[in-house]
Amino acid sequence: MDLNMVCFIMFGFLFTVYLILEGFDYGAGMLLPLGERPESERRAIVDALAPVWEGNQVWLIVAVAVLFATFPQVYATLFSGLYPIVLLIVVALILRGAAFEFRNRDTGQRWRNFWDWAIFCGSVIPAGLWGGVLAGLLKGLPLDGAMQYRGAFGGLINLYTLAGGAVFTLIFLLHGLVYLTLRMEPQVQWTEKGLVAGKYALFAVTGFALLTFVYTDMPARPVAGGMLAASLPAVALCGRCLANGRPAWSLIFSTAAIALITAAIFTGLFPRFIISSLHPDGSLGIYDAAANPFTLRLMAAAMAVVLPLALLFEGWKYHIFRQKVNAPAAGFESRRQLWRQLHDRLAELIAASYHIRTVLQQAKQVLHAGRKMQKDKKLRPGTVKPNQIRQFRLSIRRGHHLAQLIARVLEILRK
Amino acid sequence: MDHTVLNLARLQFGVTLTYHFWFVALTLGLSVLIALMETHYVQTGDTGSKVMAKFWGKLFLVNYTVGIVTGLVNAFQFGTNWPGYSRFAGSVIGSLFAFEALTAFFVESVAIGIWVYGWDKISGRAHLAVIWLVAVAGNYSAFWILSANSFMQHPMGYALNHGRVEMNDLAALLTNPYLFYQYVHTILSGLVVTGYFVMAVSAYYLLRREHVPLFRRSFKLGLACALAAVIFTAVSGHFYNRYIASVQPMKMAASEALWETAAPAPFAVVAVIDEDNRRNTYQMALPAGLSLLVHSSPRAAVKGLNELQAEYEGQYGPGDYIPAVTILFWSFRIMVGIGLWLVLLTAVLGWYWWKRQLECRPALLKATLWNLPLSYVAVTMGWIMTEMGRQPWVLYGLLPTAEGVTRGVPAAVVGTSLLIYAAVYGGVAWAAVYAGRRILLDGPEPGQAIDGWQ
Repeated sequence: MDLNMVCFIMFGFLFTVYLILEGFDYGAGMLLPLGERPESERRAIVDALAPVWEGNQVWLIVAVAVLFATFPQVYATLFSGLYPIVLLIVVALILRGAAFEFRNRDTGQRWRNFWDWAIFCGSVIPAGLWGGVLAGLLKGLPLDGAMQYRGAFGGLINLYTLAGGAVFTLIFLLHGLVYLTLRMEPQVQWTEKGLVAGKYALFAVTGFALLTFVYTDMPARPVAGGMLAASLPAVALCGRCLANGRPAWSLIFSTAAIALITAAIFTGLFPRFIISSLHPDGSLGIYDAAANPFTLRLMAAAMAVVLPLALLFEGWKYHIFRQKVNAPAAGFESRRQLWRQLHDRLAELIAASYHIRTVLQQAKQVLHAGRKMQKDKKLRPGTVKPNQIRQFRLSIRRGHHLAQLIARVLEILRK
Repeated sequence: MDHTVLNLARLQFGVTLTYHFWFVALTLGLSVLIALMETHYVQTGDTGSKVMAKFWGKLFLVNYTVGIVTGLVNAFQFGTNWPGYSRFAGSVIGSLFAFEALTAFFVESVAIGIWVYGWDKISGRAHLAVIWLVAVAGNYSAFWILSANSFMQHPMGYALNHGRVEMNDLAALLTNPYLFYQYVHTILSGLVVTGYFVMAVSAYYLLRREHVPLFRRSFKLGLACALAAVIFTAVSGHFYNRYIASVQPMKMAASEALWETAAPAPFAVVAVIDEDNRRNTYQMALPAGLSLLVHSSPRAAVKGLNELQAEYEGQYGPGDYIPAVTILFWSFRIMVGIGLWLVLLTAVLGWYWWKRQLECRPALLKATLWNLPLSYVAVTMGWIMTEMGRQPWVLYGLLPTAEGVTRGVPAAVVGTSLLIYAAVYGGVAWAAVYAGRRILLDGPEPGQAIDGWQ
C-alpha cells in the first residue's frame, strides 16, 4: 500500500463517516415538517439533533479540505464541473445550520414553520445530491483529456444518478427513523414509520445494485460488487431488528448499510477517482491527480493522529447526550417559553399602563390649569412632553403585542 | 480576454469572505470573554457570572452559527470558482485548510454542541473546559486560515515543480513573518469589535436601567477588552505596515498613493487620484511623513508606484502590476482614521469609568452604541486593503489572479450564484438581527437568583 492509496482510503473514510453521522441527521430532518406534526414532536426532533448536527457536519468540511490538500486536481475538476450542484448543497446547508439556531428563538408559528422547512430542504437536498454525485463518479462524468468538465450541467441527470440520489435519501430516512426510535420517548410511531421506510429502502437498494451492474464496470470488480450485495441483507436486518424492538441493533445495521454502499462505490472507483465518460484515459486517478509526496505524507500522518482522537471526542459527545428526549417534556419546554414571554409582556404592560396614567393626568392638569401653564413657555396648554407621547405610542404597541400573544396562546391551548 | 467571470468570481469571494469575517471577528473575542465569565462562576460559585455567561452565550451563538454557515461556502468556493488556483496551489492552501479542519474546527464544532446543551449534563469543571476548548480552537483555527492567507501574500516553504506549487517545508510556512504580523493584528482588531459589541449591548440595558448590576459588570469587561486591544491594534498596525513596506512595497505605495519615488516621501492625508495618468491631481500632505512612518527617518527614500511598476515589469514581464490605488488609499485612511478615533473614544470612556461617572453620562453610553458599526467598518477596510493590495496576484509573484479563475464555467452561472449567495446571506443576516433583537428584548434568564449581587 502506498501513500496515494492511504490518502484515498482516508478520504473515503472521512466521507463515509460524514454520510453515516449526517445520515440520521438528514433523515430525521426530513421528517420534521411532514404530516401535521404537533409542535411538541417537532421540538423533540430538533432537541434530539441540535446538540449533535454540527459535530456531524464537520466531517464533510474535513473531507473536502483533505480532498483539496491531497487530490487538488479532483477537488478543482469536480467542484467546478458540478457548479450548480455544489451551489445547491451549500445553500441548503447554510439554511439548515441557520435553522437549528434560529428556530427556537421566537415562538411565532410562521417563523418556526419556515425554519422547519429549511431543515427539511437542507436535509433532502444534500442527501439526494451527494447520492447522485457518488453514482455519477462511478458511472463517469464528461471529462475531456485536460481534466475539464465538458457538457451541460444537466448532463449529470440520468436514470443511474437519480437512483443513487433516491437510494441515499431513503436509506438516510430509515437511518433517521432508527435514530429517533433510539433517542426518543415514546418510540412506537417511529418504529412503524421506520418499517415502511425500510421496505422502500430495501426496494431502492435492490434497484440501485441491479443498475450498478448494468451501467458500470462493477461486474468485473468482485470486491466492490460483494460489498454492494452485502448492503441488501444489512437493510433487511435493520428493518427486522426494528420490528423486534431492538433499535440499537437496527442502528448498527443501517450504519453498516450506508458504510457498505459508500465503500462499494469507492472500491469500485479505485484506482480511479473520477471516471471519464468521454475518453478512457481522461479519467482522474489517484496517482495523476494527487499532490506531491511530501504533502501526502504530512496529511496521512496528521490524519493518523487526529482521527482516533476525533472519534473518541465524538463518542464522548454521544455519551453525554445519551439520555432520551421526551416528546411531551420538549413540548412543555416549548410552551414554557411561550408562557414566559406572556408573563414578560404582561409585566411590561402593567408598567406601560402607569405611563398612560401619567400622560392622562398630565393632560388633565394641562386642561384644568390653562392660564397658569401658559406662563411656562415650555409646556403650553394641550401639549405634553415628546417622550410622554413616545411612551403612549409604545404602550399602544405593547397592547397590540399582548393581544397577538394571547391569541397565540389560546390557539395552542385549543390544540 | 473577457474579465467578466474574473470580476464576478472576485466579487463573490470578497463579499462572502467579508460577510463571514464580520461574524468571526466577534466570536473569536467573545468566546474568550464568555470563558472568563464561566471561569469566574466555577471558581467562586457566583451565579451572576453564570447568568452573564449564558446571556452572552446566546448572542455568541447567533453570531457563531452565521459564521459557521457562511464559512461553509469557502470549503467549496476554491473548487467552484478558482480551479486554476486550486490545481496550482492545492498542496499548500489545501493542506493548511485541512490542518485547520482536522485540528481546530473538529474540536470546535463538537465542543460547541456540548457547551450549549450540556449545562446540567456534565460537571461544572468539564463544562468550563469545553468553553475553553471552543475559545482556544476558534483562535487556533484563525491561525491556520491566516497562514493560508499569508502564504498568498508572501509565499514561503514551497518549491515550483511540474508547473505548480508544492509544499516542502511546513515549518517555514508557519514561521512566515507575514503570518505573525497578520495574526496579531487580526486577533486584536477582533477584540476591539468584541469590546465595542459588549459595551454597546451593555449600554443598551444601562440606558434603560434594566439588569444594571449584571451589565455594569459586562460593560467593565468589554471596556477592559477594548481598551487593551485598541491600543495594541494601532501599534501592531504600525509595525505591520512597516513590514508590508519591505515585502509588498507595491501595496504600501498604493495605499499611500505615492506615484513617484521620493526622499523624503510625504504622507498624503487627502488626495485626488488620477489612476489613468498615474498621478495625484491634488494632495494635502505632511512633508516627510511617510519616510518617518516607514523608515523612522525624515530623509529616507520610499519607492513610488511607477518605479515599482518598472521593476516588476523587468522581473515578471510586461503587464499592469499596480493595484486599485484609489480604493487602497481610502480604505487605508478610513481604517486608520476609525482606529485612531476609537483609541481616543475608548480612552475617554476609560477615564470616566475610572472616575465612576460613566453611568451618569448617557451621551457616552450612547456613543458606544453609535460607534459599534465603525469598528466593523474598520476591520472591513483592513481586509479590503490587504486583499485588493495583493492584486493582480492571487499568489504574490507566482500566479496572477486571472489565471486562477475558472475557465469552464460561464459568467451567467457565476453571476447567478453570486446573486443567490447575496440573497441567502441577506436573509440570514435579517434572521440574525431579528433573533438578536428577540434575545435583547427577553434579556438575561429571569428567575435566577441574582438578588444582592452588585
